[in-house]
Amino acid sequence: MMYAGPAERVSITLTVNGDVHELAVETRWLLSDVLRHQLELTGTHVGCEHGVCGCCTVLVDGRPARSCLIFAVQADGADVRTVEGLAGRDGRLHPLQTAFRRHHGLQCGFCTPGFLMAALPIYREAPAMTDQELRGALGGQLCRCTGYVGIVEAVRAAAAIEAEGDAT
Amino acid sequence: MTRLFGEPVERLEDLRLLTGRGRYTDDFAHDAAQVAFVRSEHAHAQIRDIDVTGALDVDGVLAVYTHEDLDGDFANPLPLLVPHEGIVAPRTQYALATDEVCYAGETIAMVVATDRYVAEDAVARIRVTYEPHPAIVDLGAAAEPGARVAHADLKDNVAGQFSEQKGDVDAVLAMAPHLFEWRFEIERSASTPMEGRAVVARYDASDDTLLVYDSTQAPTGIRGGLAALFGVDLERVQVVAPDVGGGFGVKIMQFYPEEVLIPWAARRLGTPVKWTEDRREHFIGSNHERKQIHEVRVGVDDDGRILALETRFLHDSGAYCPYGLIVPVITSAQLPGPYKLEHYRYKFRAIYTNTVPTSPYRGAGRPQAVFVMERTIERVARELGLDSADVRRRNLIQPDEFPYDVGVSFQDGGPTVYDSGDYPRCLELLLDAVAYTDFDVERKRAAAAGRRVGLGIGAYVEGTGIGPYEGAAINVLGDGTVTVATGLSTQGQAHETVFAQIVADELDVDIERVQVTTGDTRRIGYGVGTFASRSAVVAGNAVKKAATSVRQQALEFAGRVLEADRDDVELVNGTARVKGSPQTAIPLGRLALVANPLRYAYGAEATEATELARKAYASGDAPLPEGSTPGLNAVEYYSPRCGVFGFGMHAAIVEIDPDTCNLLIRRYVIVHDCGRVINPLVVDGQVRGGFAQGLGGAFYERIVYDDTGQIQNASFMDFLIPYATEVPEPELHHTETPSPNNELGVKGVGEAGVIPVSTVIANAVADALGRPIDSMPLSPWQLFDMLHPDPAER
Repeated sequence: MMYAGPAERVSITLTVNGDVHELAVETRWLLSDVLRHQLELTGTHVGCEHGVCGCCTVLVDGRPARSCLIFAVQADGADVRTVEGLAGRDGRLHPLQTAFRRHHGLQCGFCTPGFLMAALPIYREAPAMTDQELRGALGGQLCRCTGYVGIVEAVRAAAAIEAEGDAT
Repeated sequence: MTRLFGEPVERLEDLRLLTGRGRYTDDFAHDAAQVAFVRSEHAHAQIRDIDVTGALDVDGVLAVYTHEDLDGDFANPLPLLVPHEGIVAPRTQYALATDEVCYAGETIAMVVATDRYVAEDAVARIRVTYEPHPAIVDLGAAAEPGARVAHADLKDNVAGQFSEQKGDVDAVLAMAPHLFEWRFEIERSASTPMEGRAVVARYDASDDTLLVYDSTQAPTGIRGGLAALFGVDLERVQVVAPDVGGGFGVKIMQFYPEEVLIPWAARRLGTPVKWTEDRREHFIGSNHERKQIHEVRVGVDDDGRILALETRFLHDSGAYCPYGLIVPVITSAQLPGPYKLEHYRYKFRAIYTNTVPTSPYRGAGRPQAVFVMERTIERVARELGLDSADVRRRNLIQPDEFPYDVGVSFQDGGPTVYDSGDYPRCLELLLDAVAYTDFDVERKRAAAAGRRVGLGIGAYVEGTGIGPYEGAAINVLGDGTVTVATGLSTQGQAHETVFAQIVADELDVDIERVQVTTGDTRRIGYGVGTFASRSAVVAGNAVKKAATSVRQQALEFAGRVLEADRDDVELVNGTARVKGSPQTAIPLGRLALVANPLRYAYGAEATEATELARKAYASGDAPLPEGSTPGLNAVEYYSPRCGVFGFGMHAAIVEIDPDTCNLLIRRYVIVHDCGRVINPLVVDGQVRGGFAQGLGGAFYERIVYDDTGQIQNASFMDFLIPYATEVPEPELHHTETPSPNNELGVKGVGEAGVIPVSTVIANAVADALGRPIDSMPLSPWQLFDMLHPDPAER
């Protein structure tokens, strides 16, 4: 069992949006802080730091996780995906992003990256979900601006937008 | 080109925000030192000693400050933003407390360190010795004679009081066929945007300039205040409100302590300094609103016509009154709503308590006003055995009665004069949409099956678009990009899109070529702020004026360049051209270059522009004729004489789950009118979002204090903002009554959606249970108590 005091740094490896980063982090640093302030990937937002609002949601090894509830050292070796990795390298929007824009699924935009990352693993199943199921699947994310209508519509529409895109 | 005003244009800001390229205040200055605060643990106490020595030993601490370290005006109490003649005991807090703290959360000491983790380590090692006083928390108790005082030097807790009367209330009440008295109460709540507050300050000693990023709704005011505090020219201070993660009122206070202290520390230390509020700090250190206790006396005739109404009420000011009396003043002005009150009097007292100070939260006193008025209507109807829709019909202001003077002062100090509206039509649309007349049958059928369903309605009028002014600066760049800057900031209202729509229409350019910047004093120094549902009205009309001016300049100058009469020139698709001769044309960007008589060494357009300039300036005039400016650009201001009044009515059909006492919303119908709509996508979004926030305020959210002045639910685990699972989709209907007061015909919509929701839910639940609901918000346990009034049966 390794022990390190609060100010001591531990070497970790994080793969973020396909890029491998070797980092020296304090054991108490949150993954959200490391993403934002060490890697300067500020698209991941922090709304409550106690795991309720979901603004900081990222994918860790393919699954949505609150990056404010994970120490960076816990993510050593993990494959992390953030909102910055959603659009193509050519700048082409992900169908979820297109859908959010089309359905006015965002206003201030602060909760949006969290919603996008939470929706990413489920949007292809969304068209088959009942309204209650879909809302339940998004029920870990708070939005203070939209009243959720545009968000729910967007997540439901994303798969069809993807199909349109594939067809063209 | 297709006219964009009124079209559901997809938002321009979305591309940035969807890809993680939004820039919120905490996203700037990763090199900055970070701040954490020691905040009062007690709701009311004398500070006997602050021992910071333990903090100074912590590695990475750059500085620890208490009030003793503050100099000049920084050591004085923070400003009282909105003075009012009714304020009798003005109190604002110090940026860092001196000897008395009056709410739990008040800032006492400030640590600057290499990062926030270290800063919090140091905060934990600062020892404050308090002499605690018993706190006064309950609003009703605080207003009693002889109550404990929230400030040691005051003899009572009255911050201010005010009263106005239209007509002769006492005489009419004395003769009224029916006189009723009721008491209504609304609890404390809070804006809680997803992004908390944050401030970053960067001081450059080499030219004595300060650059501040602030998650504020009013950067221009912050700039002016900081320049005055530092005693420097306005030009030496710039304030930017970058992307702001929601505001809803809480981000306009001018000044919160942190907005003063972070720039002060940055200047003193000569290093960038940042403070980012955490969620607990937000609950205990950022303003709340809503708590009011109203008493109503109302006189009505046999048909339910209101003859006179009086409300006396208490407003919870919290520990200080930085925002003056604005919330109770708004309540007072807006309480009559769409109803004709010939005899109306209000009298309020704003009361200090040892709680977080209050200032406007989306709706700003109107949710309370509507609750009082609409519960009064419902109770009148019930007492007289009348249909409450009929009572509403009989009391509505009629379409031919505009402009209509409510007879009391509005929040800007002027008269409250409604500009336009059609309230009866709005009500009939709502009743039709919700199938009001059929509901009696449904209610009875449900009741027979043991189900509790109810229908509630509520109406509001919202004064929006108040002055003093806003401005817009428009500039056409050489590549045809049109830049637009407004002084007010944006917290999600789509200003970048709706202002671009106005400009794109006026200049006939592709909207993608219009770049709107908001809330950056480097781009335009004058402006007021985004609050009071005023941006579309005040800044929107300023943008229109500036765009019109640029259009005139373009036509004028194109006439010279194209050797045509000005009236024969038109702007089409980003080009100025001679009517009927489309090949005689010049792109707008090129025209802007030519309109600036200097030589361009670089740029593809330079050669041609230089060539064209010869033509334009060949007449022997000075290169810049008298009255003209270089390029195509304009700065214009719009200053309305008075507000404009949006309105709407909502209806809900609810059912109460007998097992869980949860509130099930079967239908929610909204009819609203904000004058001419610039972008229906955006307006719908504002209304839906407001509805969700209103629903939060009706059934989920409340700030709970214990008797010692400690908030019991200072987290999102306990202060329950509804998720997607709790917020149903409301059915939206629009009417469009243009405002005659401004060129665009628009009225504000930012706050509208939230205003009547709590009331409508209350009315629906009252209908379902057959008993009055006189305090809000509700909760499952309150519904349980109402369903099981006999404790023995629980």
